[in-house]
Amino acid sequence: MTEQRDQAAGSGVTAPAGSPVFSARGVTKVYQTGSVEVHALRGVDLELYPGEFVVLLGPSGSGKSTLLNILGGLDVPTAGTVRYLDHDLTAGTEAALTKYRREHVGFVFQFYNLIPSLTASENVALVTDIARAPMPPDDALRLVGLGERLHHFPAQLSGGEQQRVAIARAVAKRPEVLLCDEPTGALDVSTGVIVLAAIERINRELGTTTVVITHNVSIADMADRVISLRDGQIVETKQNDHKVSPEQLQW
Amino acid sequence: MYALDRKLLRDLWQLRTQSIAIALVIACGVGMTIMMLSTQRSLDQTRQEFYDRYRFGEVFVELKRAPEPLAQRFAEIPGLRDVQTRIVVSAFLDLESLPRPAIGKIVGVPTLTEPVLNRIHLRSGRPLDPLGTREAILSEAFAGEHGLQPGDVIRVILNGRLQAMTIVGVALSPESIYEIQPGQIIPDPASYGVLWMSEQELAAAYDMDGAFNSASFTLLRGASIPEVIRQIDLLTDEYGGAGAYARRDQLSHKFLEHEMQQLRSMGTVVPVIFLSVAAFLLNIVLSRLIHTQREQIAVLKAFGYSGTQIGAHFLVLTLLISLLGALLGTAMGTVMGRGLTQLYTTMFHFPVFRFHLARDVVWYGWFVATGSGIIGAYSGLKNALSLPPAEAMRPEPPANYRRSLLEVIGLAPLMSPIARMIVRQLERTPRRTLMSIIGVSLATAVIVLGNFSMDSVDQLMHLMFSETQRYDVLVAFAEPENRDVEQELRALPGVLRCEMFRGVPVRLRHGHHTRLVGIQGVTPGNDLYRFIDAKQRVVELPPEGLLISAELARLLDVTPGGEVRVEVLEGSRKKFPVRVAARLDDFSGLSAFLEIEILGRLIGEPQTVSGAYLQVDRTEEAEVLSKLKEHPAVAGVNLKRSTVESFQETIAENLLTMRLVNLMFAAIIAMGVIYNTARIALSERTRELATLRVLGFTRGEISSILLGELAAITAAGLPLGCGLGYLFAMVTLQTVDRELFRIPLLVLPRTYLLAISGVVCSAVVAGLIVRRRLDHLDLIEVLKTRE
Repeated sequence: MTEQRDQAAGSGVTAPAGSPVFSARGVTKVYQTGSVEVHALRGVDLELYPGEFVVLLGPSGSGKSTLLNILGGLDVPTAGTVRYLDHDLTAGTEAALTKYRREHVGFVFQFYNLIPSLTASENVALVTDIARAPMPPDDALRLVGLGERLHHFPAQLSGGEQQRVAIARAVAKRPEVLLCDEPTGALDVSTGVIVLAAIERINRELGTTTVVITHNVSIADMADRVISLRDGQIVETKQNDHKVSPEQLQW
Repeated sequence: MYALDRKLLRDLWQLRTQSIAIALVIACGVGMTIMMLSTQRSLDQTRQEFYDRYRFGEVFVELKRAPEPLAQRFAEIPGLRDVQTRIVVSAFLDLESLPRPAIGKIVGVPTLTEPVLNRIHLRSGRPLDPLGTREAILSEAFAGEHGLQPGDVIRVILNGRLQAMTIVGVALSPESIYEIQPGQIIPDPASYGVLWMSEQELAAAYDMDGAFNSASFTLLRGASIPEVIRQIDLLTDEYGGAGAYARRDQLSHKFLEHEMQQLRSMGTVVPVIFLSVAAFLLNIVLSRLIHTQREQIAVLKAFGYSGTQIGAHFLVLTLLISLLGALLGTAMGTVMGRGLTQLYTTMFHFPVFRFHLARDVVWYGWFVATGSGIIGAYSGLKNALSLPPAEAMRPEPPANYRRSLLEVIGLAPLMSPIARMIVRQLERTPRRTLMSIIGVSLATAVIVLGNFSMDSVDQLMHLMFSETQRYDVLVAFAEPENRDVEQELRALPGVLRCEMFRGVPVRLRHGHHTRLVGIQGVTPGNDLYRFIDAKQRVVELPPEGLLISAELARLLDVTPGGEVRVEVLEGSRKKFPVRVAARLDDFSGLSAFLEIEILGRLIGEPQTVSGAYLQVDRTEEAEVLSKLKEHPAVAGVNLKRSTVESFQETIAENLLTMRLVNLMFAAIIAMGVIYNTARIALSERTRELATLRVLGFTRGEISSILLGELAAITAAGLPLGCGLGYLFAMVTLQTVDRELFRIPLLVLPRTYLLAISGVVCSAVVAGLIVRRRLDHLDLIEVLKTRE
């Protein structure tokens, strides 16, 4: 991964109206790797609002993936509290977290993480099988522009197509939150734009609260709000008055 | 169908070769269980039906001669239901086709009615005609061996008089399902058979009108067998009763029971071996699968699949493999069971013997197969369940290698880089390495277990027929004779050596243990019948005191120096104590020996003999045999050579079939273990091996890394397997009843060699399959994809 120090400036941030979807207070995460203690997060406070498109910006090792995992109920903080609406994500059991993920969260990963033995449509069905009120898998794939490639296996799809399958898979259950970890990290520019456009469309049309992790500063321009992390702390929060469409992004 | 189920089926398809290898191992285990236990059930059921339908006795007694009214007194014994008295004698059957005499067990049966007990089943011909004379019914095995049919004539020497009898029927009896001559361990249908004839005619020939010398009984439900036996013994004591015995001591029943016991114990032990191998294979395959799918599992968890759902997903995968194995095994077990049943019909004579697939045995097989699947899957599933999703998304840290033990102890300079890679890899996953070694050793052990019986039986035959019984002909007299008869036997042209013996039926008592056996009085300096112990040393007859077999000593709980009470069951029925001088750790079942003079004095019949061992010039054998047949005192002649030949024909053939099946099964285990180990190693190391190829290593060189690993595992497993096989053989022999005979534990180098070559061949085949895959390694593709 390339190190890219963002120097995004500006302040005077105004919070959007309404009660927050997420509110995190003093979130700390310490890993034990062998004999070394890694402080991934050091007291993060954060609020995310309904329908918001947030970009988490930061170099690798800044703690953004850890934060995303905690928001998504994949991991629990060592200290601090995280609330999703009226759920306390820090107090929940493994079963409660599983239920939370199943009902409310959609994930998109850098390396797509499709099940290689399942076709595009089946990969989406994997999620709709266990969701309460999902959209048909094929509709989800049409939403990301893959209506023609429903029955292809991951190995028969390009990287961008695979990532769009992953997005379709994440949104097919109509989640309240869409969490994307470096969704374009493994893609070239033009493919990345198509993927980002798909995410942006979901956010706009379905009103899904969306968090995208990236270390690519230019992607930040398409967000409502940009939160920068470094060494496990939020160093800057910036409200974009003017959002740029993915097609106009430059990197 | 759910998407997750589709994944399941596709994963299974991806793993098809490995799955089939495992399913085959399971199939062998289930098949063996079903074959052995179902055949055992079929035997048991068929036997029970035969016994019930033809009213087989439950208690038996032989006596010298008792008047018919004694039957009334039997009937008064509480607990007795039916009594059948009859005359049973031993006589020569004179056949033109056979130069030597055959021995017939002649049984008198009523001609007007069916006997109350021990009825016969006619296979062909007709029953005895009440008005007919000199009619006989022959046992099927004997008739078949000599090609005799109803209408043919057989000459019988009844009480010294030659009588030509017309065969009117061929029959089976519940008394002789296993048609074996008393004192033998192998049936010899050429020289021994059963003949049924009119009881009046038999009584007339032996001057037994209004008398009997054999009785059978059935009991009321709940009657105490020992008490009934005690009562019968009291009543028969004055008539020369040889001691009543229960059905479990009846010769044919005992051999049948012995066989069934072997089936039961093998049917229980063998599947354990196969299914533990299957559990191990499932374990390594599933662990690897879960390992390679850790990211997929993490994704499923991220999307809200619960641990239980994911666990069930992988569990179903293993259960499908188990199920496939169980299905195949059931089919195999049924086919093999039929084969085994077929084989048994040549040994055991039943009216009808069909193989029935026992439902509960099938359930048991399936249950054990499923159990092994679950046990095998357990640790892999535990890993899958506890996998934290966030962690699983991160790339795995590089595997932790260390300098291997061999290098630490200073062998590094001797090792090539490839050798180092092999050793480090094996040491890095010690548990799997160990399990693979155990798997290989189990395959080796299965071959040893399946083939050692040949060595042991050969050894038994050698000890029995070459070392112990060094005579050519065994002569038995109808009644104890005066020692002078020895001169007559020695005088027969062709007799090179002659040793007399005196056999006495006795009841031995020690504490509350009692046993009906024969004590054999032996001529000092015995050379034609020697005592050979387990270490193949010749044991000298003690100058005084009893020499008893180890198994008899065990049953009586007596040690040398101890004293047993002897109750003689013939003649003047003396009772006296005798000191046990020594124990003979040999392979015969129950036996006791005493110096012949001492025995004669103790029983009050000095200078009597009941038979002789002869060494005969082979060229004059026929002459000697025919002379013996004519001798009025001689009731039985056994030509040892004939017994041995009969054994080699029947048993050896059966053993061969069993060995082939066994070898095939062992090959399946070996292939399963080695192939799966190799496939796992290949899947783990593809990237590493591809990298080496890119760096300029040849195909041969990278193959040698993987194949070297397999070779190391195989090499380590072989000696362990030989040891384990010996252990299994020991355990198997231990579970077999040793009252009839004891099989010595012997595993010859040829058996180890067979096991080793079998496993090595399987390993080579498995290695070649993997090697082929390595040769087709797509370097670019492998290196491009993220591990």
